Amino acid sequence: MADLCDLTGSELSVKLASGEITSREVTESCLSRIGAVEDRIGAFLTLTEDSAREQAASSAERLAAGAARSPLDGIPIALKDVLTTRGVRTTCASRILESYVPPYDSTAWARLRDAGSVLLGKTNMDEFAMGSSNENSAFGPVRNPWNLDAVPGGSSGGSAAAVAAGETVWALGTDTGGSVRQPASLCGVVGLKPTYGLISRFGLIAFASSLDTVGTLTRSVPDAALLLSVLAGEDPRDATSHSAQGQDFNEGLDGGVDGLRVGVVREALGEGVHPNVRDAVRSGVDRLSDLGARVGEVSLLHAEYALSAYYLIAPSEASSNLARYDGVRYGYRAPEAKDSIDMMGRTRGAGFGPEVKRRIMLGTYALSAGYYDAYYGQAQKVRTLMIRDYAAAFVDFDVLVSPTSPTTAFRIGEKTDDPMAMYLNDVFTIPANLAGVPAISVPCGLDGGGLPIGLQFTAKVLGERTLLRAAAAFESAVALSERPPLLASL
Amino acid sequence: MLRAQLGLILEHAAKVGEVAAQDVPPTAYAIPRRNVLRDDEPEPSISHADALSNAPEAEDGRFKVPRITEME
Repeated sequence: MADLCDLTGSELSVKLASGEITSREVTESCLSRIGAVEDRIGAFLTLTEDSAREQAASSAERLAAGAARSPLDGIPIALKDVLTTRGVRTTCASRILESYVPPYDSTAWARLRDAGSVLLGKTNMDEFAMGSSNENSAFGPVRNPWNLDAVPGGSSGGSAAAVAAGETVWALGTDTGGSVRQPASLCGVVGLKPTYGLISRFGLIAFASSLDTVGTLTRSVPDAALLLSVLAGEDPRDATSHSAQGQDFNEGLDGGVDGLRVGVVREALGEGVHPNVRDAVRSGVDRLSDLGARVGEVSLLHAEYALSAYYLIAPSEASSNLARYDGVRYGYRAPEAKDSIDMMGRTRGAGFGPEVKRRIMLGTYALSAGYYDAYYGQAQKVRTLMIRDYAAAFVDFDVLVSPTSPTTAFRIGEKTDDPMAMYLNDVFTIPANLAGVPAISVPCGLDGGGLPIGLQFTAKVLGERTLLRAAAAFESAVALSERPPLLASL
Repeated sequence: MLRAQLGLILEHAAKVGEVAAQDVPPTAYAIPRRNVLRDDEPEPSISHADALSNAPEAEDGRFKVPRITEME
């Protein structure tokens, strides 16, 4: 029988509301699962057991008194360690922030906390969210619960693995080029990247500000909708946030796909896609057709340039954002410097890992005089073309589908010496970030080795309702019945 | 190693130059918003102590850094 920590948030919400269970029991169930598997997975950088137990006790009192703050009240969550939490260490999996304790809460966490969420801890990730395998963490890799020799994907690898292993009910991640959807795909969970700006970025430690998006990792599509209903909304502290106050994204979720126009992205089923992934996506599309969707093919003509544009735009913005780590106001400071300039150089040299350094160098190069027009300027034009491609596609289609990732989880160490091979993991997820459109990864089967495959749905800007409705219908029809083998041995 | 890697990445990135885009305007933000302003009224903000709480070194309520001028 499944433990409480294996249930979805939606199921737990009902049981909590009826008094059948308490937040204490759910929280203890997660903590005991963490105790059983965490030494093999490495999903967490910081555990907050004591405050979690206090928050669970408060929640239990509220629910007993019939004063639940929201459907989330009492349900445990984990946060990617790039979202600030007042008084709780926030590292971005970097040496440079190893002992940083933020004096403020991210808006995403503030909203969850006010809704009654119980914080279990902060999850492992690629340093500053730069990576696709979680191997760039300064504090060690995360292992995929489906195969402990495989990566969980990244950069929200800890969040995805923790949800897959039942260490938490759900988690937040962030998605700049696929960092929620790709690990969700590789770990067999649901990963939602909403429209850029739908969830405030305040307190999301910046990587590439024009692309960064807070997202959710859950074990069901209705769970993603539940979290989004609490998280979405305008924030005076983020000038790019949208007004979405009080929207219930679970409303109409079971509307099905009858008559929905589904466009299969032609470029995403070509070379470089593993045959198992291609087959799973094709049969997923057939299921959508069986469910009444009107399926056709669509081209995103400039998608082949999206990866190149992304690896100019994101490092450019990163090189500017990461200039704040100077050893003066917060974070690590290198000792024994002869003066301030020397101190800053030594601090960054010792504080940043290799991938972060690579991207800072790429970014400063792409922005430098003489190269700006050919690299950064041209990349921003590709971005315009990508937006136009989507606009054209959404004239004929309501949602687009493609694989989330060209492959399933690869072995730890397999791609660490080849940055370009690593970057190619994001080839199907990056276009949505460039255009700001929402996208979600839903499990659609297992490959020959028993590793999960994800199907990505994409909708137009602020088209979350249609996106979630399509994803929910698909999930109901193609539910993954297998569980990570690790859990069978417990 | 870094030199070779950056060379390869830039080679791939240069692909963006293949797109003829003379008449295409650049996009900085996919969903542009303009003039997002609030009323110009002071609001409570982070305290002095909180702002200094993560400083590697502080003195007299200020951030302290190694010397910034050359010594003779």
